[in-house]
Amino acid sequence: MITIEITSFSLFFGLILGTISGLGKLSRKTIFRYPCIVYIDFIRGTPLLVQILLFYYGIPGLYSNATGNSLQIDPILAGIIVCSINSGAYIAEIVRGGIQSIDKGQMEAARSLGMNERLAMREIILPQAFRRIIPPLGNEFIALLKDSSLLAVIGVHELLKSGQLYISRTFAAFPVYIAVALMYLVLTIVISRIVAYSERRLGVSDRS
Amino acid sequence: MIEVKDLYKRFGELEVLKGISVDIKESEVVCVIGPSGSGKSTFLRCLNLLEMPTSGDIIIDGEKVTDKGTNINKIREEAGMVFQHFNLFPHKTTLQNVALAPIKVRKLTNEEAEKRAHDLLKKVGLEDKANVYPSALSGGQKQRVAIARALAMHPKVMLFDEPTSALDPEMVGDVLDVMKDLAQAGMTMVVVTHEMGFAREVGDRVLFMDDGVIVEQGTPEDIFSNAKHERTRSFLSKIL
Repeated sequence: MITIEITSFSLFFGLILGTISGLGKLSRKTIFRYPCIVYIDFIRGTPLLVQILLFYYGIPGLYSNATGNSLQIDPILAGIIVCSINSGAYIAEIVRGGIQSIDKGQMEAARSLGMNERLAMREIILPQAFRRIIPPLGNEFIALLKDSSLLAVIGVHELLKSGQLYISRTFAAFPVYIAVALMYLVLTIVISRIVAYSERRLGVSDRS
Repeated sequence: MIEVKDLYKRFGELEVLKGISVDIKESEVVCVIGPSGSGKSTFLRCLNLLEMPTSGDIIIDGEKVTDKGTNINKIREEAGMVFQHFNLFPHKTTLQNVALAPIKVRKLTNEEAEKRAHDLLKKVGLEDKANVYPSALSGGQKQRVAIARALAMHPKVMLFDEPTSALDPEMVGDVLDVMKDLAQAGMTMVVVTHEMGFAREVGDRVLFMDDGVIVEQGTPEDIFSNAKHERTRSFLSKIL
């Protein structure tokens, strides 16, 4: 199912992108911090629908104007790229919040043992932060799953688009849209159960 | 061993340390007492550069650690720190808490580090707690693990920042016993404390700080029985 595929890939890449830019936003070095702030603010401050259209139609248009060649991006690939970039910005804020929620005594204790900042981050801060961000990450997963329906506008055959195609053959708008809605509902319920379960599993050692 | 010269520390408008100078000799146990807000903790935290002094010099083992080029991490490897709120790593077991820095920083093998950690846990009386997480320990046990964790780096000096202030009264004795053993074994120690009994019994020297300066220092006998300054006497009369 394309909806699940796009959502999962986007969450995966978004997590990588979000961790990097979330750390970047906390960096003391301006050259790391500013690009991350611009990226996060731009993505969070503009609608996903606009980002999709900009990427799918805008960039190939720019490319053909500049070079004279036409560029056709595969809609699914485009969908994964845009959704990854989009969720990366939201995950960046989640990661930043997670890191900042860790008591600063943890960093002090690690540094007082002679660990450098990078080592302390990797061994002490991030493992604790990742446990804390599982619930908001689950919310982001669910939001992303629902938002992936916007990819219907560039012709990705995800859940909503499949429904629309079915309606164009049968004209049964109400039952099909209801069915589509219920399928999203089932998916989001399953995801939130999985998140709740993994939260319990990881929480075992972390009752301080 | 540690030489502090004319140390100033300012947080924005607030001047916390106003010219601290003190020498600490090897194997000496120095207890720092004084009212809260007097700069005791800031002074201690400057010694391993958790706070960067605004001006002044700190020389540890002949090396000027306040110089720009100094490797701060190397200094901290030699100065173990014990915090008021323990700051154990909650996602790691007791054993891992103690063994982590020796493995990652001192590059010991896992076996060597774990052996060292087991020995230290035994020394602080917690060998049976090696595989539990900090959340399962009492405050006093946590603090003893924190001491073991700092000792695992084989530091030259141990810094204690009000190690018993967050503990239930019945837990304080166990932690102080561990610290006494350490002092008797010849460890150089700087202890910020409100435990006057400990300062009197174990301290070689007592510093009384108030308002960012060392008002008075001397042997426990000097300070507790023959304080020269009015401020020292009035502080002691309030807490003893």
